[in-house]
This record gives sequence, C-alpha cells and structure tokens, in this order.
Amino acid sequence: MHRVLRVLLFALGLAARPAVAIDPGLVERLAFGESNEKVDAVGVLVASGDERAPSFLQALADGAVQTAGRRVLIVTGDEGFDAVTGEKIRPLPGDREDVVVNNRLRREIDSALGALRLVSPDRGTRLKAAKALEDRADASLLPLVRKALARESDLAIKPLLELIAAAMELASGDRAARLAAVRTLGRSGNPNTKTLLLSLLAKKDGIDPEIRAAAEASLRAVEGRLVWGERLGLAFAGVSLGSILLLAALGLAITYGLMGVINMAHGELIMVGAYTTYVVQNLFRAHAPGAFDAYLACAVPAAFFASALVGMALERSVIRWLYGRPLETLLATWGISLALIQAVRTIFGAANVQVENPVWMSGGVEVLANVVLPWSRIVIVFFASAVLAGMWLLLTRTRLGLFVRGVTQNRAMASCVGVPTARVDTLAFGLGSGVAGLAGCALSQIGNVGPDLGQAYIVDSFMVVVLGGVGQLAGTVYAAFGLGFANKLLESWQGAVLAKIAVLVFIIVFIQRRPQGMFALKGRALES
Amino acid sequence: MGPISSTVPRLYGAKGWAALGAAALVLFLVFPLLNLVVPAASPFHVSAYWVTLIGKIMCYAIVALAMDLIWGYAGILSLGHGLFFALGGYAFGMYLMRQIGADGQYRANMPDFMVFLDWKEFPWQWWNSDQFWWCALLVVLVPGLLAFVFGYFAFRSRVKGVYFSIITQALTYAAMLLFFRNATGFGGNNGFTDFKRILGIPITTPEARMALFAITAAMLIGTLLLGRFIVTSKFGRVLAAIRDAEQRVMFCGYNTVHYKLFVWTLSAVLCGIAGALYVPQVGIINPSEMSPANSIEIAIWVAVGGRGTLTGAIVGAGIVNGAKSYLTQAFPEIWLYFLGLLFILVTLFLPQGIVGLARRWTRTG
Repeated sequence: MHRVLRVLLFALGLAARPAVAIDPGLVERLAFGESNEKVDAVGVLVASGDERAPSFLQALADGAVQTAGRRVLIVTGDEGFDAVTGEKIRPLPGDREDVVVNNRLRREIDSALGALRLVSPDRGTRLKAAKALEDRADASLLPLVRKALARESDLAIKPLLELIAAAMELASGDRAARLAAVRTLGRSGNPNTKTLLLSLLAKKDGIDPEIRAAAEASLRAVEGRLVWGERLGLAFAGVSLGSILLLAALGLAITYGLMGVINMAHGELIMVGAYTTYVVQNLFRAHAPGAFDAYLACAVPAAFFASALVGMALERSVIRWLYGRPLETLLATWGISLALIQAVRTIFGAANVQVENPVWMSGGVEVLANVVLPWSRIVIVFFASAVLAGMWLLLTRTRLGLFVRGVTQNRAMASCVGVPTARVDTLAFGLGSGVAGLAGCALSQIGNVGPDLGQAYIVDSFMVVVLGGVGQLAGTVYAAFGLGFANKLLESWQGAVLAKIAVLVFIIVFIQRRPQGMFALKGRALES
Repeated sequence: MGPISSTVPRLYGAKGWAALGAAALVLFLVFPLLNLVVPAASPFHVSAYWVTLIGKIMCYAIVALAMDLIWGYAGILSLGHGLFFALGGYAFGMYLMRQIGADGQYRANMPDFMVFLDWKEFPWQWWNSDQFWWCALLVVLVPGLLAFVFGYFAFRSRVKGVYFSIITQALTYAAMLLFFRNATGFGGNNGFTDFKRILGIPITTPEARMALFAITAAMLIGTLLLGRFIVTSKFGRVLAAIRDAEQRVMFCGYNTVHYKLFVWTLSAVLCGIAGALYVPQVGIINPSEMSPANSIEIAIWVAVGGRGTLTGAIVGAGIVNGAKSYLTQAFPEIWLYFLGLLFILVTLFLPQGIVGLARRWTRTG
C-alpha cells in the first residue's frame, strides 16, 4: 500500500515541489496537539485540499515526523526537511523527538490517505480508493469526495462517488440534500446501502414522509439488485462445490466405477495429495522463496505421483488378492485408511498444517457489489475441468485407456488377446489414486489440511459415483454438479447440516428406486 | 450345521452346554462374589473398572452377534449398525436423563442442556420419557421400525452387496449429523451424561452396577441361544442359502425379501437393546457412536472372530475391544496401526476368523 502511495506521490510531483507552503498552524497542531486536536487537524488538512497534505500525512503514518524545539521536521535517514517550508535542514539538530501516533490517529490518517487517493491521476487507484470508501464512509470526508466528484469524468468511478457522497449526505441536516441522497442511493447494488436505508427507515421520530417514501422506493430497488447478486453467488457456490465433489469422486470413478474396487482408503489418497502439496510448499519456502508463487506448478505433479505410488503399492500388496470379493476389499481398504491416517499423524502431527495460497490465487473478482468470486475457487473449477478432460482423453484416446476399458468389460477375453491384465490393473488403480492426489492438491488450497481430511470426503465421493451410475464418467459429472447445486440451494434455505442430511436421504431413496444410478449401462441380466 | 430333522432343535451338544454353563457360572456367581463380597484389599477382588469394562464388552458382543446374524448368515454387510445401537442408547438415555430430576447443575426439573438452550418445555420426542416402560418400548421400537422401513424398501428393490453397505453408511452418517444439532433435542455434541439413578436406585453403587452386569450377561446368553436357534432352524438354512446363491433360492419359490427383512430387523432390535444396556454402564451416549467408523469397526469384530460362527462373534468382540482398551491407554499411537493391520490381515489371511482357524486345527490335529 505504501509503495503504491509513494509512486502516486511521485507521479503527482508533490515530492518534488517543496516550495508550496503547508498551513503552519495545522502542522503545529498535528505535531504538538492533544490526541483530539490531532484528529481534528487531520480532517481539516484533508478537507483543505492542500497538495502537500498526502506526503505529510504519509510521513506522519511512517513515523518520520519529528520535532526539534518548535520546529517540525520530516526525517528520512540522515536527511531532514522542514515540514512547513520544505527547506532542507543540515545538519540535523540533536534534540529531536518523535511525534507519537496512536492507533486512533493512525486509523484516521489511513482513512484520510485513502480518501486522498480519490484525486489520483491513475484510474485504477481512484477506483480502488472509491471502493474502499464505499464500505466505510466517514461523513467528515464529504468535502473531499465532493471535490473528487467535481473532477471525476470516468463513467465507472463517477456513479460510485455519487453513491458515496449520497451515503455521507444522508447524515446532513439539509432536507433537500437528504432527499436527493436517498434517491441517488436507489441506484446502488451494495449490501451496505441496504443496511443504511434500513437504519434510516428504522428511525421513529422526525423523519420526513417524503424522504421515507423515497427511502422505501430506493430500498426496494436495491433489494431487487441484491437478489440477483445472491442468485449469482448461489449458482457459483453450486458450481464450486460441484467441481470439488467431481475432483474428489473422479479418481473413485476409475477405481470403483471402472474396476469395481471398493476403495475406502480413497479419502486418504486425497489426504496424501494434500500433504504432498504441503511438503512441496515447505521445500519452496526453504530453498526457493523467490519462486514461492510457482510452487503449485511443482505440487500438482508431485501430488499426482505421490498418491499414484501409494495407490499402486496398495494394489500390488493388498487389493490384488481380493478382486471379486467386494466386501472383503471394503474392510481391508478401511484398514489401510486407518493406518494411513495414523502414519500422517505420526509424521506431521495430529494438528492441521498450513498450506498457503500463492499470491495469484488470493483475492477475488467482484462481479456485483455483493458477489465476490474468490480466485482460488475459480481456479479449482477450471482445474477440475482440466482433470476431467485429461482423464477422458486418457481413457478414450490412448492405448492404456483402451486396455483399461477392455479389461473391465471382459477380463478373460482381454487376457486372451494379449493384454497384460495384471499390469493394467495396477496402472489403472495408480491413475485413479493419482487423480485423488490431484483432488487433495486442489482441496489444500481452500480448506484445512489435516489427518481427517479424507474422512470428510469419502462418503461424499461414494455418493457421487453411486448416484451417477457405476462405469460412467458422464454420470459422475452430472451427479457431482447436481449434488453441488442441490446442497447449496438447500443450504441457503435450511442451513448446512439439514441440507447435507436431506441430500443423503435423497440419495438413499434414489438408490432404492434406481439401484444402478442415474446412467446405467443397459443390460438384461438379473444381476450385474 | 445341526440336523434339521429334529423338531426341537438341539442347539448344542453336551460339550457346548457344559461350556455355556461354565460361562454362566462365572458371570452370575464368581464375578459378583469377587466384586461384592471379597474385600477390596484382597488380590482376588474385581474392581469396578473391570465390571464396567466386561459389561461394556458384553454389550459389544451382543452387537457382534446381531451383526453376525445378518452378515455371517445372510451375507448382508451393514455399515450402519452403530446407528441402531446408538438409537437404543438414546431411547434409554432419555429415561436416565429424566431420572436425574432436579439434581442437575441448574437444579431444574429438566436436563441441563435444555436449561442451557433456554427451553421451557420438553420437545415432542420426550413425551412420556419419564416412564420406564415407555423408554424400554422405544429401545425396541425405534431401531426396529427404522430397520424395517429401510430394509423393506432396500430389499424390495434388490439393493444388495456393496450398494447396501454404502447406503447404510450414508444412513448412519446422516443420522450422526442430525444428532449433532442442538435443535434435534438430544443434547447435540455432548449427548447425555451425568446419570444419577435408574428406577430410583443410585446408578453408581456396586450393587446397581452388578445388577446391570448380570442383566447384560443374561441378555448376551439369551441372544446367543436365540441366534443358535435361528441358524439351526430351517429358517437359518434358507438364510444361508440366500447368502450363497440368492437367485437360486428365489427361483425355488422363496420370497427372499421376507427372510432378509426379518433377520435384518431382529438384528437392529438386538443392537438397540445392547445400546440400552451400554448407556447406564458406561454413563454417556453421544452422536459419535453413530460415526461410520464405529459401525465399520463392528464388522471387524465379527471378521476377527469368524463370521458365520456365533461364538466367533463373541470372541472377536472380546479380543478386539480388550486390545482396544489396553492399547488406547498404554500405546495410544499404536492403536490405529493395530486396528488397520487387523482389518488387512484378517481379510487377507483369516477369512474364517479365529474360530475357523481353531476348528481347522482341531480337525487336522
């Protein structure tokens, strides 16, 4: 933030023009006054529109302002300037004292500096400053906002400033101004405006009927806009949850859906992927802190291969001996999952570990005033699509995919024509496990990474695969997004826990009606 | 399998009855004597800790028997038996909570958690819960009805094998989430605890403890005999046939839904009763009893002992839970490794369980 400001100040040429004098009385109050006096002085200084105000306030916030006798200096390193006249002082006097900036004053200065950015020549900076003010409008800044409004010509920023000014003016006594302000606020789509209007309407006494009517009309307009935002947010939450479920279930769609292995350790393979991401992150932090933002590029393949290796080892050592005995497989893989959980506890400790987002994944895109889509979620939606596409290509366009499909459809025949079925099993299981690792890498970016990570997803993943229909990638996709949307819709209506219960009960009932899932391979056998 | 020709099934041979009689003698006579009569200083004294532990394991053994009936004999693996156990426990827990009366922390005539949530009257689930007979009825009815309805629809639409296992797991998971909510009316996270008395008798006295122990032992023996009666009867033969080749049984003209539904519901009821006996002895019931992990652990008791053998279920429940209570205290880090390895090794190398192994040895050696 400070860097932006410095650049801005430099651009304004303020730093290079020390000749313009700042009001000495204000400087004196800021340097020697009591706490209240200082706060008032900040307000006056900002409202004055003095061009040297930003640099002085910034110096104050940085703790660079010192006093020597009655003189006020701005000291950076070994150099000092007189705060009032701007002349260079050499040598620096010895008996200097810092000007104390307490928290309250610091807040005032920060907010004032933010407001001052409204008049920056850079459009992006102005927009950012306006947005920041939108969320915490302080009536004392009204003159400054007016001044900025008079100068502003940008079509995106001007309406925003009008709204901010209106919100500030709501508190002023002038009836005509308040009425105009209330009407202007009707153009807003910010949830804060709704709160503001509601609090205005909640006042019992002394509210003009005309203002009340206008406020009600504005409130309706704002609420109408907010509803759209909420719907959009809900839809995105549904897509986001759907893509997470899809990632968690895709690996299972191979190991269970195609191969018929009930892998209760699937959740733990996700956990292995998440912990691999954690390890890669730590390695980058320790050995290549400069490239930290790129650690995911390394973590994604690492997570894939770590989980794939664990999966292949399991297939070779345990699961291989239990083909065709699903209930035994279920119990044995459950045992594996317990051992993996305890192994992670032993190595990394029972507490959750911290996986940090790279900078480019933090923050979000503001689509509407009340809808901010986090970058991490957006990235995961695309990541899930990419994994899905990759898996589809692998299964339909490569030799390995052909073998996998051949072995699952008719093992004996595939073996007869020379497909190494045992190796295909291992590779296919490794692929499914690797995809689980990818899911873990993605989940580490949005949630807690702990030994119980996998347990939270195992029931969900099975539900997705079972609901979608075994042996069908398309079914898995539909089921994941269907469950994602249903969950979020119910959640907005009945709360998270009841939504989850409702979805589970729905699946239980659904399985009774269609035991083969939504998309079943058609056949006439009594049992498959 | 016993002969099916005899009209009065001979449940056990002479050796079997003798072993059962010896077990009953130990449980009903030796144990109470050592606990109540032998002074605490004597090395032969059995402490309250052991009484509670053995009582708890006997409750688990009843659950294992119930699980064995449905899994070992009908081939249906339920991953939701913890739910029925917990429901029985909650049903009886309601009565125990009412028995606290005004002795709770808030001195109110309501369970503490209700005072804490600022409820003024009992929610509908608690209707009549101060009556012993009503709660005892609920212990049987709630798990029984839920199992009946769930089983009816599942078996009718021929949900079986892994699908059945997974939806029973989903069922207990959903129930756990439901019971975690305070609004459900069963104490949320904390569940029920701090019981004071049962039928007006203080619950922590050695006599009350021993009475509960004896009732549990009687229930366990009764369950064993009932199970033995079922599996040696013609009904049991049909069940085993369903397990081994359901389609052939169907084509022979049997309606397999009825058979499976009966044994499934009976199994759930037995679990409910075990839960009701478990709660006053252990002194707490909370929603974690319904976690999928708990239910799947029941399956491993049966697998370790040997499924398809009723004594195996009891042996398995005893060994696994004995090891658990030892290991979780002595080496808490080892326990999950041990349990995990047990799952893997038993399924890979001991498909018949310990009892199966013993039988093979006695046959060959």
